[in-house]
Amino acid sequence: MSLKLKALLKSPWVFHLSTGSCNNCDIEILDCLTPRFDIERFGMLLIGSIKHADVLLVTGSCNRMSVERLKVLYEQVPKPCLVVAIGTCAGSRGIFKDSYNCPVPLDKIIPVDVYIPGCPPKPEAMIAGVVKLIEKVGGA
Amino acid sequence: MTFVYLLVFGFAATAVLGLITSWIDRKVTARVQYRVGPPFLQPFIDIVKLLGKETVIPEGASKVTFLIAPVIGISGVIAVATLFWVNQFFSEGFVGDWIVAIYLLAIPSLSIILGGFASRNPLASLGSSREMKLVIAYELPFILAALVPVIAAGGSIRLSDIINAQAGGVFAGNISGILALIVAIMCVQAKLALVPFDIPEAETEIVGGALLEYSGPGLAIFRLMKNMLFFTLPFFLIILFFGGLRLNGINILWTILEYVGIVAIITVIRNTNPRVRIDQAVRFFWGPMTLLAVAAVVLALKGL
Repeated sequence: MSLKLKALLKSPWVFHLSTGSCNNCDIEILDCLTPRFDIERFGMLLIGSIKHADVLLVTGSCNRMSVERLKVLYEQVPKPCLVVAIGTCAGSRGIFKDSYNCPVPLDKIIPVDVYIPGCPPKPEAMIAGVVKLIEKVGGA
Repeated sequence: MTFVYLLVFGFAATAVLGLITSWIDRKVTARVQYRVGPPFLQPFIDIVKLLGKETVIPEGASKVTFLIAPVIGISGVIAVATLFWVNQFFSEGFVGDWIVAIYLLAIPSLSIILGGFASRNPLASLGSSREMKLVIAYELPFILAALVPVIAAGGSIRLSDIINAQAGGVFAGNISGILALIVAIMCVQAKLALVPFDIPEAETEIVGGALLEYSGPGLAIFRLMKNMLFFTLPFFLIILFFGGLRLNGINILWTILEYVGIVAIITVIRNTNPRVRIDQAVRFFWGPMTLLAVAAVVLALKGL
C-alpha cells in the first residue's frame, strides 16, 4: 500500500452531504463526534468545506433537486476520495422507492464504497461500517 | 551556514515542534470536552495526507497568486523562526532584528488574505476581509507590548540584548512585564486565529474562511504554516519576557514549563470562550488591550 493511501486512511476528513433526508441520519452522524464515540481518535474530523474532504457521507434519498448539486459536489472533491451511503434512503431509496421525486438511487449517480443500512443507523453501526471500508481499501 | 540555519532550525526543527504543539492543543481540547483525542502522530499524518491529494484550482481564480500565497506565508514563518533560533543559540544577530521580527510575523496573515482574495469565492473573500480587520486591530497592542522588553533592556532593539538583559531576572517578574505579557498572549491568540478571535475562519458561519478553496498541497502548506506559527509565537514571547530558551542544567525544566504553560493558557482560552464579532474584537484590542499596553510601557519607562 502506498504512503499516500495509508495516510488517507489514518486521517479521513469527512464532509456531510444531505440529499433530502429527514435529518435523522444527520443527527446520528453528529453523535459520532460526541464524547461517547469520539471519532477524532481515528483522525476523523468533520469539516465544512468540500475542498478539504476525503470522505463524502451522503444521507437522504437523492431527490430531483439535490441530484444536480450532488454531482457538482462530487466533482469538486479532491481525489482520491471515498463515498459512504448512510441510512436506508441513501442505500436503496427506502420507502421513497416508488416516489415520483426519487427516480435514481445514489449508487447509479456516483460510485459508492460502503453502505450503512438502518433508519437511522446507530453511531456504532457507522463506525463499524467505516472500519470495514478502511479494511477493504487498505487490504486491496 | 545560513542555509543550514534556514533548513535545519528554521524549517525542520520549527515544523516538528510546531506539529507537536498542535497535537498538545488538540489533545488538551479533547480532554476538556471529556474526549480521548487524536493519537500523537496525527498532525504529521494530516500533512502527509494533504500533500498526496489533488489540487483543485477554482474556475476564474487568479492562478499564480492562488498557488504562490501559501509559499509566501511559509517563507515568512521560516525566516522569522530562523531569526529567533540564531539569536538564541548562535550569534548576536544585528541591530534592529526586533523590528524585522515584528514585520515578518505579519507575513503569514498577509498570505492568508492574499490566498483568500485570489480564490474567487465570496465566503473566502469575506474571511480575508475579516482577517484584514483583525490584523489592523491586534498589531497596535502587540507592538506596544513587545516594546516593553525593549525599554526594560535599556532601549536596545537587538533580540540578543533583550535575552542577555534577562540573565539576572526575567522581565515577566516586573509589573510592566506581566501587563505586557497578558496583552501579548491575547494578541497571539488573534494572530493564530484561535477561538475567541477565530472570526476570519468561523467554520459555522463562513465554512472555513480564506482557506475554503484550498485543497491538497496548498492546504498542507497553510496548515504547516499555522502549526509552525503556533511554535514561533510562544517562542517569541519566551524570548521577550522569559529570557529565551535556557538549556543549561535545571533551567531546561523551567523552559519546558514556560513553553507548555503559554500553550496551555492559549488552549484553555480557546476552549472556554465563544467567538466574538469583528467589531467587538476591534473594540477589545483598541480599547482595554491598548490601554493596558500603554500602561505597561509607562511603567517600564518608570523602571518598574
